[in-house]
Amino acid sequence: MGGWAIAVHGGAGVDPDLPLERQEQAKKLLTRCLNLGASALRADLAAIDVAELVVRELENDPFFNSGRGSALNENGRVEMEASIMDGSGRRCGAVSGLSTVKNPISLARLVMDKSPHSYLAFSGAESFARQQGVELVDNDYFITEENVGMLKMAKEANTILFDYRVPLGMGSPIQMMNGLPISVYAPETVGCVVVDSRGRCAAATSTGGLMNKMTGRIGDSPLIGAGTYACDLCGVSCTGEGEAIIRGTLAREVGAVMEYKGLGLEEAVDFVIKNRLDEGKAGLIAVSNKGEVACGFNCCGMFRGSATEDGFMEVGIWDQ
Amino acid sequence: MQILIDPGSREMGWAIALHGGAGDIPLSLPPERRQPREAALRHCLQIGVEALKVNKPPLDVVELVVRELENIPVFNAGKGSVLTSKGTVEMEACIMDGTKRCGAVSGLTTVVNPISLARLVMENTPHIYLAFDGAEAFAREQGVETVDANSFITPENVERLKQAKEANRVQIDYTQPIQKDVKENKPEADGDSQLGTVGCVAVDDLGNLASATSTGGLVNKMVGRIGDTPIIGAGTYANNLCAVSATGKGEAIIRSTAARDVAALMEYKGLSLKEAAAYVVEESTPKGNVGLVAVSATGEVTMPFNTTGMFRACATEDGYWEIGIWPSDVQK
Repeated sequence: MGGWAIAVHGGAGVDPDLPLERQEQAKKLLTRCLNLGASALRADLAAIDVAELVVRELENDPFFNSGRGSALNENGRVEMEASIMDGSGRRCGAVSGLSTVKNPISLARLVMDKSPHSYLAFSGAESFARQQGVELVDNDYFITEENVGMLKMAKEANTILFDYRVPLGMGSPIQMMNGLPISVYAPETVGCVVVDSRGRCAAATSTGGLMNKMTGRIGDSPLIGAGTYACDLCGVSCTGEGEAIIRGTLAREVGAVMEYKGLGLEEAVDFVIKNRLDEGKAGLIAVSNKGEVACGFNCCGMFRGSATEDGFMEVGIWDQ
Repeated sequence: MQILIDPGSREMGWAIALHGGAGDIPLSLPPERRQPREAALRHCLQIGVEALKVNKPPLDVVELVVRELENIPVFNAGKGSVLTSKGTVEMEACIMDGTKRCGAVSGLTTVVNPISLARLVMENTPHIYLAFDGAEAFAREQGVETVDANSFITPENVERLKQAKEANRVQIDYTQPIQKDVKENKPEADGDSQLGTVGCVAVDDLGNLASATSTGGLVNKMVGRIGDTPIIGAGTYANNLCAVSATGKGEAIIRSTAARDVAALMEYKGLSLKEAAAYVVEESTPKGNVGLVAVSATGEVTMPFNTTGMFRACATEDGYWEIGIWPSDVQK
């Protein structure tokens, strides 16, 4: 045990009918990100820096639901949120309601490092971005043709559904995530967790949020303790049905059972996924200060990958 | 100070606790600053107790008590909210019940009762948390009472903002007036900066729990700053074991996931409500930063704080009640 470890995710709740070509694309991207993180760790960058730089990479790629390629809100625009936490000292930063900031995770980092606060949102966050001189773009930069199409389908699906949750097993073969058929659901969120060779843990999460969300809707990704958490013992990033993750304070939960029940990382992750989601569907990735890495999810697939210092590397989408 | 009801006993009673903020409330607080707040706490406690006595669900009770606290301008929520660096009001609130249903709002500027809008988010949307323009639009859709943004601003808060700008810092809920070139705060009778987040937790005799918190945030906060209040697990939390509402320095409460940790300690380490809350306040958060009120499913109540004082009140079914500002052994 010991040594560095890193895990990344591109969202939980994957369409089982996702074309093979897209699955390959996803795995390539996850691999690229892992390699980027691993190089940085070998160059002795701190966990917090590695987590940020890997999430930036995921934000820049339009494949996953963050930064470019973010899901669209009910008005067809992109509203992004992100959070980052440094296990040493439990410092944190979060942002919501961003529409022109190219890399939300980096703005979250600046909130942590350069502001007296932990969380800034909407026009206040955008002003702070200007003040800090981060790279800004038009909202159009984030919007992909594919997501415009998905939004249209999501709206059609939502008008068919009278309740945002159609229970499974009522004769319907359609799998649902957060009120949408799995085929139009954009797995919410990307994330990265890192433990460096000094045992410092960090976690970072970024997203465009739920497809067709009400404008102003905040999910779990920017909420410390829900979508993101890091402390001395671990770093955690979650993805899936935001509301279920918030209710379950999922990310904090992993740390809490390790701290208060003495569970190891793997046990803690299993426990939390099994017991803290109730009816909800979600997944998470986690690292421990001992150099371990683990992931868990209770839905149909999670884009993920992990690597450790001793040369282990694995990417996957479906059940272990 | 707390009445502990034997968890083995089948007799559980109702309990309620509420707060008007924790912070550096000077012992020299003049009567004209102290009395209105004590009276307000007494009044709100009474309202909550009456509601519990007629078997109103705890979720309704905490909402109605916090509405009352929001309407009282001496507390930092609703009318009387502290001001952002731009002199505006941005309110946030959160409500949660023991089944873990919850709702939260941030960045409200015209909604008279943020806590009620939080409840509507919980009940009338598939989401948990709405903020800023989206939340304001939802408020209009729902037809809740809204007023001109200026209606929330009080002269006292304009003065507080001015002071904070002069001292060039962001004040936590309660800070004593700052002397510019002196690092240590000395209590002063004037420069009334005694305001804070408001919150209420309640449990009925069946063990149903609820928590509600509401605030204007930090004096001179950056526009768009969100604190701990609307973050589930930080400032507000409830599950089948307990209900918690925290107050103090938002950034510290967020990092320590204060409200969730009280429940987690009970569940994972078997601590009692009192022990769990004391641990969070004494061990998990830096001194001078946090206070909280909490009730358990078995009718216990606790109100610990690591600041100079916390405006608070509580009552339990067997007749115990308490209203206070400073630690009980210090209170005159």
